[in-house]
This record gives sequence, C-alpha cells and structure tokens, in this order.
Amino acid sequence: MAEEVNRKPYVRPITSEWIVRHPRYLRYMVREFSCLFIGGWTLLMVWGLKQLAEGPVAWAAFLECIKSPASVVFHLVALGFAAYHSYTWFNLAPKAMPLQIGDDFVPEAAIAGAHFAVWAVLTAAVLYLAGAF
Amino acid sequence: MAISNKPIVWGPFAAGGTLTAFVTPVLILLTLLAALGHAPDLLAYDRLHAFLGHWVVKVAVAGVVFLSLWSAAHRLRITCYDLGVRADVAVATVLYAVALAGTGAAVLYLTKF
Repeated sequence: MAEEVNRKPYVRPITSEWIVRHPRYLRYMVREFSCLFIGGWTLLMVWGLKQLAEGPVAWAAFLECIKSPASVVFHLVALGFAAYHSYTWFNLAPKAMPLQIGDDFVPEAAIAGAHFAVWAVLTAAVLYLAGAF
Repeated sequence: MAISNKPIVWGPFAAGGTLTAFVTPVLILLTLLAALGHAPDLLAYDRLHAFLGHWVVKVAVAGVVFLSLWSAAHRLRITCYDLGVRADVAVATVLYAVALAGTGAAVLYLTKF
C-alpha cells in the first residue's frame, strides 16, 4: 500500500529584492541594464539607416526627430550607461585574458590601462574623422 | 562528450561586449551632438550616403549592428533570469530573434546605398 504522503516541499521564492541588498549587486544590475540602452540606441540607428536609404527628405526628418527633448534625454542616459559598460568591461579584461610574459603575469592595471588608452585614442579619432571638431 | 551550444551564443556576446565598449560611447556622442543641433559633418546626407556606399563600410556597419544587438540580447536574457523570469527558452528565442531581425533589416537597408 502506498505510503501516505504529506510532504511540504520547500519552494524557494524567486524575487528581485536581492538587487538592493548590497551596493555591489546594484552596480551589477546597472551594468547589466546598459544592454537596454546599447541595444535600444542600435535599433534607433537601424531606423536611421532606413531613413537614409529613403532619401534626403526622410534623413532630414530623422535628424529633426532625434532633436526632441525625449531623444536628448535618452542620448544622455544611453551615453552614461554605455560609458559605464566600457569602464566595467575594460576593468574585467585582465581577468578574462591574463597575460604572462616569462615567469610573470603582466599587472592587471597595465592591461586595463592599455584598454583605456586605446579607447581614448579611438574616441578622439572617430570624433575628429567625423568632423565633430 | 557533452555537446553545448553555449560557445555559439557566447562568442558573439564577448566580441560584441568588447566592440561596444570601444565604439558605442563615441557613436552615441555623434548622434547626441546631432540631437543638440551640432550634427558632425559626417552626418550630412551627401557625406553619409557616400560613406555608406563603400562595401567595406557596409560590412563594418552590418558587423557592428549584429554584434551590438546580439550582445545586448544575450545580456538582457541573463538579466531576465536574474530578475526571476525562468522561461529562459522563450526569452532567449524572442531576444535573439529581435537581434537577428534588426541585423537583417540593417543589411537590407545597406544594400540600397
């Protein structure tokens, strides 16, 4: 005869409360949420490509559209999140690909620093080539 | 031996994470300048149209769009899981589909230049 079962299994509650439990968790989530802005801005650029392909009038309408206050705010917030993604990514680079020369590992600060230097040069080069200044 | 498709989704994520870390902030800065009414010369219709007419630029733009969207989709998938959404297969399917659709649309528009 089957045993009378009166179990009360523990069901672990799934919540998102843990995010605010420690500043480190919050910083992690801020980093992860950067994907919404990088992805969202990229989709905006895909729409821009469509407008550019349609001709000068559609492109002018696109440029006019991104001048709206909501778009300016979105750009500012997106820029902040994108830069935070860069900052976290470059700081993780030494952990993701430690570099050994001879017996010694290259210091983490040198690897991260090299990434930041390349980032700065690349940013200045793109701004210059695009005629931003 | 266990067969995993993780490298296939993770590879473009890592590549996209690195690429977006290097170029996305400055690209956003360019459109931010345009949004503020100081559009860089490159964003003038004739110049941008001519710029995108070169096949090397087309390939580069398509690559940037794909890697940016894919890494964002992958990260959002993990974030959904972190926030307690356990329907991972559905989430992954939708997000990767959006990334691929966005890339497909970009490629389609690029062929018109």
